[in-house]
Amino acid sequence: MLKDHAKIMQAFAAAGEIVGRKKLQKMIYIAKKVDFPFQERFQFHFYGPYSEELTLRVEELCNMGFLNEVKEKKGGYMQYRYSLTDEGMEFLNMNLVELPALEDCLTDMNSQNARFLELVSTVLFFDDLEVEEVKEKIFTLKSKQKYTEDEIKQAYEYIEALKGKVVPV
Amino acid sequence: MAYSQEKLVEEKVFKDPVHRYVHVRDRVIWDLIGTKEFQRLRRIKQLGTTYLTFHGAEHSRFNHSLGVYEIIRRIIDDVFDGRPEWNSEQRLLSLCAALLHDLGHGPFSHSFEKVFDLDHEAFTQKIILGNTEVNRVLTKVSKDFPKMVAEVIAKTSPNKLVISLISSQIDADRMDYLQRDAYFTGVSYGHFDMERILRVMRPKEDQVVIKQSGMHAVEDYIMSRYQMYWQVYFHPVTRSAEVILTKILHRAKHLYQKGYQFKHEPIHFYSVFAENITLYDYLKLDEAVILYYFQMWEEEEDLILRDLCVRFMDRNLFKYVEFDPAKEYKKLSELSTLFAKAGLDPEYYLVVDSSSDLPYDFYRPGEEEERLPIQLLMKNGEVRELSRESQIVDAISGKRRTDHKLYFPADLLKDDSSKKNIKKQIRNLLDL
Repeated sequence: MLKDHAKIMQAFAAAGEIVGRKKLQKMIYIAKKVDFPFQERFQFHFYGPYSEELTLRVEELCNMGFLNEVKEKKGGYMQYRYSLTDEGMEFLNMNLVELPALEDCLTDMNSQNARFLELVSTVLFFDDLEVEEVKEKIFTLKSKQKYTEDEIKQAYEYIEALKGKVVPV
Repeated sequence: MAYSQEKLVEEKVFKDPVHRYVHVRDRVIWDLIGTKEFQRLRRIKQLGTTYLTFHGAEHSRFNHSLGVYEIIRRIIDDVFDGRPEWNSEQRLLSLCAALLHDLGHGPFSHSFEKVFDLDHEAFTQKIILGNTEVNRVLTKVSKDFPKMVAEVIAKTSPNKLVISLISSQIDADRMDYLQRDAYFTGVSYGHFDMERILRVMRPKEDQVVIKQSGMHAVEDYIMSRYQMYWQVYFHPVTRSAEVILTKILHRAKHLYQKGYQFKHEPIHFYSVFAENITLYDYLKLDEAVILYYFQMWEEEEDLILRDLCVRFMDRNLFKYVEFDPAKEYKKLSELSTLFAKAGLDPEYYLVVDSSSDLPYDFYRPGEEEERLPIQLLMKNGEVRELSRESQIVDAISGKRRTDHKLYFPADLLKDDSSKKNIKKQIRNLLDL
């Protein structure tokens, strides 16, 4: 009952404030790919994996007063900041979801920038392909981002480090 | 002659209630339609449980897939052919992607995917790229062709124009399903002037655009879509059937994991319950198989599974009340406790279901949503986003409508033969 809402709220409780919708999308996708049980489905879009269901869930949580959304002008575009409200905390306390190691992973991701998380999530989206094929995909589909070989290597290392955090002790 | 160019000696036609005829001239398309993976789509309904609300809605994903193919064929052969922005070498790729775009759908896919954490799009990829008849047909075109088709469907192809034909806010997929679903449900919504829209579509480097003169036809299409979502796709009775279907699958999986001995062994479900389903197993599943098990499970010892299956098969669905999660989540928690006390497991008998739709949205740089907007081609050659020109579309752009309902078995709550006082408390809370 509203468990999927509670899981997303748990993510905010673990990460603290999340700045940027793109960043939020990539954090949840990456967490899902390293085996956290988020239910939202993702498809490949302009910025890599994107979930309409997640957008909807966050919007609902804002309408419910559980999430606080602050909209601010940033250069030529709008940026959004999200954090849990007191009502959200109360709801979460009534619907606790056990997600061990989530905090560690999300805090780490939250300290990365959206550009890097976009790369990491794209690498994970193509995780059934060989490394060379993944590079080709990134250079073709993400040509405007101008990712380097070195950044791609870092993305792979980052994924391994994250997976290390979620392995049960 | 290369297989990709091969034509049938005589054109084949499928009689179709929406497009009148579906025309097939290409050998590759004819061969794909004949594959067992494509024929399987005849056994999967386009609208899942909607037939329990609109009795005519028995049409299949096979019908819809042919329809999407036919729309793309008309766009390419009748409108795009010969235009400098259109590369005719993309014709076969576009037709195949259109025909196969829903190939991986499973039985009652919405519920099935939710319960078993599966993704029909991943199965579409596996069918196209795996050891299948479809793959063998596509490979005859060229070694890379299956991958190219799969990438268009997954939207990871560099060919954005072809992707936008099949998947965007005005694409062949939606144009077919709106009209087809309207026809088979019998509702008067969902109709728009598709011929007009097709005639004003123009290819551009990255996406299809619409000539400005076709704007009103596009407005009509967007309104049709809006009405179909709320009148048909989110109909509360259909959602109730979907809720029960989902709970049956949950219960069966739960029982399997607890080591329950089914009277009738669900052999088709074993790998999906055990979370190691293969492509072979997946392709064996269709709606006839699922409904067969539901009928058999009406005789099971487990009371919850039995009751839910009887409800689904006999259409004795859950009733509902409007629910506001923000204001009523504490009430929900209270109800949950009372349901348990009344001997009704709230996990199966008290369900919140949400429907939500965003009729149209445009892309805002940097942070926002990632939908490909509909672009109008102005007389001076400029391209302008639809909502900047259309006041009607502007009024609904980015406006999401969401609706929550709480489902429960009213008949059991009104049965005072046991737990009378608790049930009375529940009825009071639900205003029954």
